[in-house]
Amino acid sequence: MADLVVNERQNEGNIFKRFGRGFVRFFTKSIPHFFTKSLPGFFVNLYRRIKNFFIDFGKRFKDGSIGTKLSHFIMGSGSIYHGQYIKGFIFFAIQVLFILYMVLCPAIIGPNGVKVPTGWKSLANLALQGHESQFIPASTGGAWTPEGTFIPASNSFLMLLLGLVTIAIIILYIIVWLSNIKSSYAADTAIKEGRKPSTFVEDLKALLDERFHILMLTPTCLAALVFTLLPTILMICLAFTTYNDLDMQSAHTVLFHWNGFTNFASIFSLGKATSLGIEISARFFPVLGWTFIWAIFATFTCYFGGILLAVLINKKGLKFKKVFRTIFILTIAIPQFISLLTMRNLLMSNGPINSMLMNLHWIKEPIGFLGQKSTDNPYLAKVMVIIINMWLGIPYTMLMTSGILMNIPADLYEAARVDGTSRPKMFFKITLPYVIFITTPYLISSFIGNINSFNTIFLLTGGGPTVTSADGVNYVAGQTDLLVTWLYKLTIDQGDYNTGAVIGIFTFIITATITLITYRRSKAYNEEDTFQ
Amino acid sequence: MANAVVMDSSKQKKFRSQKGAERTSLILTYVVLGILAVIWIIPILWIVLSAFRGYSTGGNVSSDYFPKSFGISNFINLFTGTWLGVDYYFLRWFLNTLIVAVIDCIVSTLLVLSVAYCMSKLRFKMRKAFMNITMILGLFPGFMSMIAIYYLLKAIGLSGQTDENAWLNLVGLVLAYSAGAGLGFQVAKGFFDVIPTSLVESAKLDGCTNVKIFLKIILPLSKPIIIYTALMSFTGPWMDFIFAKVIIGVGNPQMWTVSVGLYSMMYGNQYDPSMFTTFAAGCVIVAIPIVGLFMALQKYYVEGVTAGAVKG
Repeated sequence: MADLVVNERQNEGNIFKRFGRGFVRFFTKSIPHFFTKSLPGFFVNLYRRIKNFFIDFGKRFKDGSIGTKLSHFIMGSGSIYHGQYIKGFIFFAIQVLFILYMVLCPAIIGPNGVKVPTGWKSLANLALQGHESQFIPASTGGAWTPEGTFIPASNSFLMLLLGLVTIAIIILYIIVWLSNIKSSYAADTAIKEGRKPSTFVEDLKALLDERFHILMLTPTCLAALVFTLLPTILMICLAFTTYNDLDMQSAHTVLFHWNGFTNFASIFSLGKATSLGIEISARFFPVLGWTFIWAIFATFTCYFGGILLAVLINKKGLKFKKVFRTIFILTIAIPQFISLLTMRNLLMSNGPINSMLMNLHWIKEPIGFLGQKSTDNPYLAKVMVIIINMWLGIPYTMLMTSGILMNIPADLYEAARVDGTSRPKMFFKITLPYVIFITTPYLISSFIGNINSFNTIFLLTGGGPTVTSADGVNYVAGQTDLLVTWLYKLTIDQGDYNTGAVIGIFTFIITATITLITYRRSKAYNEEDTFQ
Repeated sequence: MANAVVMDSSKQKKFRSQKGAERTSLILTYVVLGILAVIWIIPILWIVLSAFRGYSTGGNVSSDYFPKSFGISNFINLFTGTWLGVDYYFLRWFLNTLIVAVIDCIVSTLLVLSVAYCMSKLRFKMRKAFMNITMILGLFPGFMSMIAIYYLLKAIGLSGQTDENAWLNLVGLVLAYSAGAGLGFQVAKGFFDVIPTSLVESAKLDGCTNVKIFLKIILPLSKPIIIYTALMSFTGPWMDFIFAKVIIGVGNPQMWTVSVGLYSMMYGNQYDPSMFTTFAAGCVIVAIPIVGLFMALQKYYVEGVTAGAVKG
């Protein structure tokens, strides 16, 4: 049935027309739909959920036994009331530990001997009211003395980190607290219905059956909370601070403050012009533009090249298919840093390619293919990275589409042959629409992947050729730098964490917009299938 | 009758000419594929040739594609030589990477499979929310949080260590690689989605618990996706150089992974052009097992890639 749909779709016009139509539909249908239906729907849903949550909460407190009521204040008391001693003790221990953590505020000793407190003090520290390093002389006689106390500057980074950790701990605690109430209420209901409250062993067994998802998801949730969610939120916070190395007095001082949207404003050359602000305002839009051009070319060259290669390799009657496939797959199998650094050396000014061209007297001077020098042609470097990216990316699409090609119903081609359709026409009218129809999700995800494609640019050109400002300063972002390589250079090489974070947030906004727009479309596809 | 015969012969003629056209197009295909194959192989062959180049000409990039003399001195140099006054740790790097890759492979595969199964076959509160949050988190560039992960690991003593404690950095690296792995469940979920839900339901009617269904019914059917996930997570540490470099630290060459070591020869502060042939030898040694794995498990790789492409 789905094949028939494809068949009908082919007749609507060629792929370019359909692409154009789809493009228009993004703006006329998808975006209005998002703002009129999806977004309000989300908030209505959210409101309903919050309301239900409080209704349930009130109900549990009102209808629950004395144990349940008490467990709102002393965790585990409900469980102990119902004779579930082990569970009750665990809940109680968690509460005690939490209170101890919040009240005692054990300090973490950072580099330079700075003590940063945890607990409630870390929440207060989120205001980032740190102080500079101070030296208090022992005597106040006026003359400078070497004796005295040295107070190191506050470590704002640790303050922010520990504040966020404390927030995470509080949220986790609330989850445990709620489940403590729920567990007690469940025991109440069990008694009301004439059953016995579950024992500890039964609770553990439930983890293997009806609560299996909790067992399976907890490790990932905790690990992702610490190593994905927390770092992401931390970096988002840094975008609103003054944290960059230029403002630091010494390498060991990590003192910064909130500064609102100042870093964002510098993109549009607003506000105070710092040396970093100049870089950002001068280079942001060129880098953004090239990122888009790169993503479009990298995606479509590899995509259509891959489909063509797959068609060639899967041609009926072709021998050595496996040999050809193996050769092309080599570029996927070899680690990218090897293949890309090889390419870079191959194309170096004293590398084999330049030498060969010079020996043939086709060129006099070595060509700077990859923009190693600032005088190299930026357009050549851009074209070269796209071409080399094809070398890496085409086999991937080829592998993927090979399987799809074999699933195209043979009678489609048979019918076309009877009609006397030429081969190229068959490719454009049958093969391509079929493959595109099936692989649209891949096309989208590979476009997003290309926006964040770090290796290709970083290893081939390193962002070069460099761009120099009017007063002779080299910008961090070169001609071929993408947003993501710029982000890397700013944070790892330059230590401009706040600007790096701003660029990261912009990258997120771009990829999120693309995903949002196309998500509905692919969902529509799925629904279409269920209707057929 | 006569009419029919005429039509038949003209059809035959058309058929014959079609066959001829097919032959020419087949030959053309061989030619095009042959040219492409040569283009594809030139850089790869070059790095292999460079690895086997005799060292007498020096280690720099040579202007000749084919070396004038062959030898294995680059490989000997890789294992026994010194570089910038330091001994090579290539064997060490190789073992480090192997250990990190094996642990990462086991942990990541377990996490990915368990999350993917939950998302595909179990229904519970917060399922949709979990999927949406995962999608949103996945849209942030990975490098953005890298530096925060580094500081986080440093705060718990699993990064930024030096000297005898430097091995702790490798523990941190394993954590950084595998902790977020569970969020990359989409491909495996796509695979589980294809397994009929009726299978799960009928097992439930027979009184099977969820854990039994997962271990006894789903996992035996999931060999391709298990192999795909394991392959991806195993090869990851061999390919990544950025995370490894930041977390292990430039000051601990003993604890580097192969990618950091080889990368440092050709890039960055320690860049030394005369290291090129040694670098090439290292590349060959690293690439052989990885390429071998890929070729052996190609079938499963293609299956995973295709499942990922269609499901998105």
